[in-house]
Amino acid sequence: MLYTNLKHIESADEHAKILSENENVMVICGRMGPMCIPVYGIAEEIEDEYKNVKFCDMEFDNPESRVIRNLPEVSGFMGIPFTIYYKNGKVVKATSSIQTKAQVTSILDKEFSATVKA
Amino acid sequence: MNAKNHYDAIVIGAGPAGLSAGIYLSRARVKTLIVNEGTVGGQMILTHEIANYPGVENISGYQLSNIMKKQAKTFGCDIKSNIEIESLDLVGKTKSIVLSDGNTYTSETVVLSPGGRSRTLGVMGEDDFKGKGISYCATCDGDFFTDKEIIVVGGGNTAIEEAISLTRYASKVTIVHHSDYFKATDYAIKEARNHPKINFLMDSVITAFNGHENLESVEIKDLKTNETNLFKTDGAFVFIGYMSNTEFISNKVGLNKWGEIIVESDMSTNIEGVYAAGDSIAKRFRQVTTAVADGTIAALAVAEYLHEKNN
Repeated sequence: MLYTNLKHIESADEHAKILSENENVMVICGRMGPMCIPVYGIAEEIEDEYKNVKFCDMEFDNPESRVIRNLPEVSGFMGIPFTIYYKNGKVVKATSSIQTKAQVTSILDKEFSATVKA
Repeated sequence: MNAKNHYDAIVIGAGPAGLSAGIYLSRARVKTLIVNEGTVGGQMILTHEIANYPGVENISGYQLSNIMKKQAKTFGCDIKSNIEIESLDLVGKTKSIVLSDGNTYTSETVVLSPGGRSRTLGVMGEDDFKGKGISYCATCDGDFFTDKEIIVVGGGNTAIEEAISLTRYASKVTIVHHSDYFKATDYAIKEARNHPKINFLMDSVITAFNGHENLESVEIKDLKTNETNLFKTDGAFVFIGYMSNTEFISNKVGLNKWGEIIVESDMSTNIEGVYAAGDSIAKRFRQVTTAVADGTIAALAVAEYLHEKNN
């Protein structure tokens, strides 16, 4: 179980529903470990600032997270979390392992800039 | 001086030491700002389970961090996290700090509690292959290396114990260590030496990580012969200890040769009005409980200092 304040995605169906209902989505797929927690923390912190983005997490060991683990964009990844950025349901960016706030916001600003930041 | 941005105390770092200082200071009606470069909680959030924090039977470090953060905020403490410190002036009666949000904040006192972090090798390619072959956490990423050949860098307890745990996944683990002896416990060394999957490269250091999309090889220098050889590997786990996050105050406050802040028993430093607490100070034991104690002492000393100064 992920002890974060982010929206938890529990199933592949829920994942598909969130992608269909939101233009910009960031999904952090990980565990409660030292590489993942800082990324959840950053997402929680900027959630209010980036109201145009739906921030979610998904448990890496949940079999349903195959929707992320099987993405071609993560085929070479060897470090969690796998963080996926979707625009209109399509993957526009994916990162592996721990990230800084500057790295995350730089992706959000570049990939989701068409919509206005709150 | 901007009154809105002026505080009685600025706490740098939001691990258990900084949060405890924030809780005590704010509860004593000392106007306090906590500034933190990373996620609130410091290294505490990285602990999966804390079972020896008195009064709490079992809790994750992440949950305990969030409770401490909530407590500090409830008492009126301002917290700015995931923000960088552009400059810091600790000299004089009024201390000042410029943050990456462009604002300058001033205060009567400062508590330094920047904590520590895992050491990295700092060699070519290390940043490029993080998450693509290089890892700093066996529990997190070990399963990506099932049936692969990997190296483990380090010679302390963590390195040896994690090398042993990684044999559950990897087909071969080579421990690369800069010295000819290990600092780990005898039983861990014995278990590693007797393990059929573990090999050793002593007196050796990594000088570069190479690959295309993912890590493919490392350059290893033999310190006895000064020869550098290419060593094919699928992964590298780095466990070379922790260091204090004190680079940003290296010429501003008294540090020992390991970069740890030197403090008196009341957590005061060599600069008037500047106190320190937590893993970044010079001390032997580093636990959540000791950090909480340090932060409490620093806060009480700050409150006393402010009282004497203003009366």
